[in-house]
Order: sequence, then structure tokens, then C-alpha cells
Amino acid sequence: MGLENLLLGFQVALQPGNLLFAVVGVALGTLIGVLPGLGGANGVAILLPLTFSMPPTSAIILLTSLYWGALFGGAITSILFNIPGEPWSVATTFDGFPLARQGEGGQALTAAFTSSFVGALFSVILITLFAPLLAEVALKFGPPEFFAIQLLTFSSFIGLGGGDPLKSLVSILIGFIMAAVGLDIVTGQLRLTFGITELMKGFDFIVAVIGLFGISEILLTMEEGLSFKGARARMNPRVVWETWKILPRYYRTFLRGSLIGFWMGFKPGGATPASFMSYAFAKRFSKHPERFGKGELEGVVAPETAAHAAGGASLLPMITLGIPGSPTAAVMLGGLIIWGLQPGPMLFKEKPEFVWGLIASMYTGNVIGVVMVLALVPLFAAILRAPFAVLTPLIVAFCAIGAYSVHSSMIDVWYMLVFGVIGYVFKKLDYPLAPLVLALVLGDLAENALRQSLIMSQGSLLILFERPIAGAISAVAVFFFALPIVAPYWRRMRRTVEAPAPAER
Amino acid sequence: MRAADLITAAVLLIGGLVVAWEAVRLGIGWGTEGPRSGFFPFWLAVIMLGALAGIVARAWRRADRRPFVSRESLRPVLTVLLPAAGFVVVMEWLGFYVAAFLYLAFYMRWLGRYPWPMAALGSFAFPMLTFWVFERWFLVPLPKGPIEAWLGL
Repeated sequence: MGLENLLLGFQVALQPGNLLFAVVGVALGTLIGVLPGLGGANGVAILLPLTFSMPPTSAIILLTSLYWGALFGGAITSILFNIPGEPWSVATTFDGFPLARQGEGGQALTAAFTSSFVGALFSVILITLFAPLLAEVALKFGPPEFFAIQLLTFSSFIGLGGGDPLKSLVSILIGFIMAAVGLDIVTGQLRLTFGITELMKGFDFIVAVIGLFGISEILLTMEEGLSFKGARARMNPRVVWETWKILPRYYRTFLRGSLIGFWMGFKPGGATPASFMSYAFAKRFSKHPERFGKGELEGVVAPETAAHAAGGASLLPMITLGIPGSPTAAVMLGGLIIWGLQPGPMLFKEKPEFVWGLIASMYTGNVIGVVMVLALVPLFAAILRAPFAVLTPLIVAFCAIGAYSVHSSMIDVWYMLVFGVIGYVFKKLDYPLAPLVLALVLGDLAENALRQSLIMSQGSLLILFERPIAGAISAVAVFFFALPIVAPYWRRMRRTVEAPAPAER
Repeated sequence: MRAADLITAAVLLIGGLVVAWEAVRLGIGWGTEGPRSGFFPFWLAVIMLGALAGIVARAWRRADRRPFVSRESLRPVLTVLLPAAGFVVVMEWLGFYVAAFLYLAFYMRWLGRYPWPMAALGSFAFPMLTFWVFERWFLVPLPKGPIEAWLGL
């Protein structure tokens, strides 16, 4: 059953027009991933208005290809310039940059791209197998189950996100409150507008993404005064071939990284811990742990595989449940709604050519991506050497175009600037931005799911725990919420249990 | 850092109180069609106020003397922020294309110290290119001002 559907998908994804969109998407995505201040999420956000008039399948292929390209582009800056474009490329710099400085940049880049490809491919294969099953299960979900999944989504930011739990919670709540501004569709009342007409239509998350991730990132980059003087890499078919001959040695690292990445990645905020975890495991199981951090190829393979497996896996809940696993997936989900599709499990039944075209395009996009970045690395690296006096205004201008064209309104451009400053302050104070954006996107869905659940139960919150599936999911969510409170005690308890042991001798 | 942390938390606290107040006005109880409009925002605000109280208490005790922005790094931040704000102001008046031309010219000439011909060429080419891509190719209209109207575009 699955195979036929995948074939149908490939028929869609391999149409010349869609292949062209994939190539354009990967090229733009890599460019966006390389440029400071632009990443997957706001790259997709800026491009989204351009896709309004496209057929949805071509549009989503363009945007997912852009996503893959941005992931590949992040590896280039991490290895050649020691600038991790995204938090999950931080671990890649540990060994990637030393390798590049030793003149092995070509080897490191080849290893990074190949690992990304393997990790992403692993996730896509699992998505192909599991997405239809998950969608089938999700069809039976009612409002309590959906609200429980939302709880799980946000609890994993707090329990596993690695940031400050209290500040993560505040970020999530700000996102939800901003989502509530405007018309309440259930009662038809205006909320939190305080009589200001501009607030009536609420805050658009695309504008928020462009400001929070784009403008604020440029401000931070400027403040750190980064000069883009990186190592140069020799890339030629021989280097690629030689590296490919070494890489099969690391099959265990590939497998471990893929599994960690997929497992962590389908929960939100998972890509960053996955990359660090995979790096730590590779180091622990290595025969030469002392070489890590000084330019060990395995230290590039491990985090890249995991980060990209996670990047792929974050699309799984978006396709099957309509709940995005990352800010980029959230922007794509917003696109789905704008193109007139109803995200969620019904998509598999109603629009199979869209879903399977999207899944098949993940295969084609990754193949195109790995070939393209291997061939064009010098070109992309040259872009980073362009002076900031040209890059900065261009990036700001493109952000402004993206923000304006969502609703053709100037007020959104102002919002973008304000969000930029907020994002800058929040980032410096450790308020995470990804959960804020996700909450802003999911706010209305979450609120409706909660309200309907409460109507079903006549106002008792216990309904989230009484139904079997919702109960199991809610229990895990409660565990994640409690994790930051429990973890310190747990650690202290273990220490007191272990401490007496040496005294006995 | 400590001051910035406390100020941000205070601003958010005020915001949370305003939201809670508005939510109470809308009704946080049970209406004819289930929970009323203020129900969800009210509890969001209440939980947020609790978390903020925790953040304030912690920041109060911890003496973090690092400055939020050092004097040297404030300058580069402002050289991005102020021209960007100026760009948006001009965009409101004269449309995107003229604003982009001025913005890029300003950056290339005064901050990048490019020779005049280079700066002029670069800042002229960009609006032309975006006009062609967005208005003609993707049919996405960007804000236009009196100059475009005069040119009949």
C-alpha cells in the first residue's frame, strides 16, 4: 500500500517543473543558510508570499527544498568560518573548523554533507513508513488528544530544550497570548485589542518569524563584530572520492546519529540536544576520544547526521498531526493553511498527491542538495566574504519585502522591526524564541482543542487524563514539565546513594 | 545584565496584568457556548505571572555585573537598527524602490566607503532587479510612492 503511494509521489516530484522548483529551492536555501541573519525559518517565511499563486504541491516542494538547502548551508559556515548559523550546528564546529584550518576543509565539508544526506534520508525513509500509520491513528483523535499533543509539544521545550525552564515557559505563554489577540472565532468577541483597530487582525506569525529570527540575528551578528575571515577549502572530485572511501568506517556513528536524531527530532526543539548527544556518544565509543575537538572526522559526522535526521523527523508531526516540530515546519504549516489545505491526518485521504509528492520530494530534494552543495561550495563560501556594507541592507530589504507582502500592509513592516528588537533582547536574556513562534502558530488550534475538550467534559480538566491515548500523552507531558523541578533532587539523591560507597572500603 | 533582566521581567509582568485584567472583563467563566473568551488568556496570564515572579526572585538574588551591551558594541548595533528604521520611514513615504535605493546607497557610500560610481551602480541595480522579480515575475506588488506614479508604473 505504501509503495504505490510513494510511486504516485515520485510521479509528482519528478515532473520537470517540480524538479526545477527543487533545484531553485535548494540553491536559495543554501544561500540563505550561509548568509548571517537568515536561516531556514525566516527564509521560508520571506518566500512564502511568493508561493500564494502557485499550486500547493509545487509550493511545498519549493519550501521543503529550501529547508534542506538551509540545513546544508549551515554546515558550510560552521566548518569554514566557525560560525554556527543555527544552534544545532554548534557541535559541527568543534571538529569541523580545526579540520578546515589544517587544510582538510574539503574533507570536512564532504563528510558533513554526506552525513547530512544519510541522516535526512534515514528520517525520510522512516517518515515514508510511519507517516501513514500515524495519520491513521490520528484520525481517531478528538480534541482532548490534540490538546494533549500540544501539551507534549510545549513540555518538551521546557523539559528537553536545555534552556532556562522558567523563561521557556514565559516565551510559550507570550506566544499563546499574542495568538489570542484579535477576533475570538468561537464567541465573535474582540479580545486584547483595547480599541486599537490595527490589533484587530492580530499578529501574523510570518512577520514575527522574520523579525525575531531575521532582524534580531543581524543585530546580534553586528554586535559580536564577526569578521567573515574563514579557512579556504579545496574541493574537487578527488577529495570527495577519498573522503567517501573513509566514511563507511563510521557506519556505527551514522546509525547511532540517525537513531538519536530521529528519536529526538520528532519532538520539538530536539535537533540541538540530538546533535550534542550524538557527538558525545561518538566520543565515548571512539578508540581515540582524545582526538575529538582537534579535528577528528568522526566529530563532524556524528552531529551532522543527528541534526539532519532530527530536521527530517520534525516534519513528521507536521504532516500527520498538523502540529509542527520546529519553527520552519510551523511556517510551512502556515503556508498549508494559506494555500487552502487543512493540515492534519485527513490530508492523507483528501490530498494524497500533495502528501506523497511532498514525501517523495524529500528524497529528490536531498539528492539534489548533496550534489549541488558538493559542486558549488566555493561559490557559496565566496558570498560570505562579501562586505557587510552590502549584505546588511540587502538582508534587511528582503526581510521588509517578506513582511510587507504577507498582507500588503506597512504596519507589518513596523511590527517586523519591533519584533527584531524584542528578539535581540530576548536572545541576550536567554528567552528562547522557537517556542514563542510555535505557540503563536498553534495558539488558536490549542485554545479550540481545550475549549472543545472542556465542553465534552462539562468543564473538568481531568478529561485530558481519563481517555487512554490522551492520558498517556498528557502523562508524558506532565513528566517533561516536572523534569526541571525534579532533576536537581534526583541528581542529589543519586550522589548521596553513590557517595557512601568509597567510605565502606 | 541583572538590570536588563529585571526590567524585561517587569515589562512582561505589567503586560501579564493587563492581559489578566482584560480577560476578567471578557469573562473567564462558563458561558452559553462553553468557556468564555477570557478563559484561555486569563489562565495563560496567571501562569505567566507566576513564572515571571520566579524569574524576578532569582535575578534579584543573583548579581550579574556583566553589562547588557558594552559601549563598543552598541555602535554597530545602532548602525544596523537606525538606518533600518529610517528605511522603513522612507518606505512609508516614497515606496519600497526609492527607499531601497537610498538605503543601499547610504550603506555602500558612508559605511562601506565604496567609490561613488560603485555605490550608485549597486544601489540602482537592486531596486531594478527586485522590481522585475517581484512586480513582473511573481506579481507581488510592493509599496510605491509618488515617483513610481509619475513614471506611470
